[in-house]
Amino acid sequence: MSGPASILPLQVSHLAFEANGVRLLDDVSFTLQAGRRAVLLGPNGAGKSLLLRLCHGLLRPTSGEIRWAIEGRARRQAMVFQRPVMLRRSVIGNITHALAVRGVPRGERTARAEAALALAGLSPLARRPARVLSGGEQQRLALARAWATEPEILFLDEPCASLDPAATRSVEALIEGFHAAGTKIVMATHDLAQARRIADEILFVHKGRLIERGDADSFFDAPQSEEGRAFVAGELLW
Amino acid sequence: MDSFATAFAEAGALLVSFDPDFLSIVGLSLRVSLTAVALACLIGFPLGALVALARFPGRGVIVLLLNTFMGLPPVVVGLIVFLLLSRAGPLGVLGLLFTPTAMIIAQTILVTPIVAALTRQIVADLWVEYGEHLRSLDAGPVATMTTLITDARYSLATVVLAGFGRAIAEVGAVMIVGGNIDHATRVMTTAIALETSKGNLSTALGLGIVLLLLALAVNAAVQIINASASRRAVLA
Repeated sequence: MSGPASILPLQVSHLAFEANGVRLLDDVSFTLQAGRRAVLLGPNGAGKSLLLRLCHGLLRPTSGEIRWAIEGRARRQAMVFQRPVMLRRSVIGNITHALAVRGVPRGERTARAEAALALAGLSPLARRPARVLSGGEQQRLALARAWATEPEILFLDEPCASLDPAATRSVEALIEGFHAAGTKIVMATHDLAQARRIADEILFVHKGRLIERGDADSFFDAPQSEEGRAFVAGELLW
Repeated sequence: MDSFATAFAEAGALLVSFDPDFLSIVGLSLRVSLTAVALACLIGFPLGALVALARFPGRGVIVLLLNTFMGLPPVVVGLIVFLLLSRAGPLGVLGLLFTPTAMIIAQTILVTPIVAALTRQIVADLWVEYGEHLRSLDAGPVATMTTLITDARYSLATVVLAGFGRAIAEVGAVMIVGGNIDHATRVMTTAIALETSKGNLSTALGLGIVLLLLALAVNAAVQIINASASRRAVLA
């Protein structure tokens, strides 16, 4: 969205991550093309969040490679966390801050922030301190903030994990809005129902490994792997 | 007991008389300590933030030193600044000894570690919360530091006032480098020490009361700032 050439596809090859000698991700390889909504699916502790953070550049891999189609990639990505990080500023201040960090000229920030707030249905709350918002409103603000920076790819780490169904619906609608605008969606979730609603393609992660990958429909209909079948059937996997 | 009551009465009279000598002492105290705190913040905020955020060899030692220097004895700081500024010392040519500037230097040295050490803790705590978001935004070092210091402003206001409390109340450093010269380097604390030793208890007590009122004002300011910050939900 912010330049002629795309930073996608994202190529991840033989990615591994260790912390304190424990291998948390091992030999993960995949390619993400623009367009289709990708969902990293798997039980808690599978390594989904880790994988998102590695792709986004918040963590350094122990080994393996993460390659974007072009350089200068960091500024064309955005990430929304499970617990939204709310700056001690007003709702609109949270967005104008992000724009300022990204070097958007002062004169453009307010208009862009207001547009993003309108999209997220937060315009009436623009002057409130961000930290008094409800959990759902905070997550919508985090998405509006990401929206304002016009990312080409958006990483979402369990964005609805602590939200009620209504808030979850509004967050999912916003994610849909990103998708419609051409932003690549990469979301981690352990929620099968949500994965069914959102995913075009599934990357099923278990115990630090990418177990299988495929179209969402075929994954949910007939998972290829033992672990995938057990997870879709709702049997616990450890 | 009677003399205590008399002293109080005389102190009260002194307070409302607006005696020019008395006012000049209070004025110099404020000028020296406020300037010292301003300089200490100018150094301490970025220094604290830098130590909180940057990873470099020797960082642990700096944290240890900052924390230790929070409790620097004022007389020791006074002595060191005295040695530096005395005629024979390395900075003797500047002729600063027994001037308000020397007092400002001494108090700045006293307050900077307090500001830096507390800032380091506050910024480090905030980084735990903000870190991933700021790194996700690809914020550079300057933007990161500015964001953290700006958003920690209410906590940092408390730090400023703690530093001011330390500066305005100390006597050892300003006594040694200032010399307690009448109409030149006499501040509230040195005046109290002098008047007490001369037996002018009412003057000493009057100055003591002003000092206490200032401490009261400082603490009231902290409380008001914190209350308004938590009302606006920006502190927690």
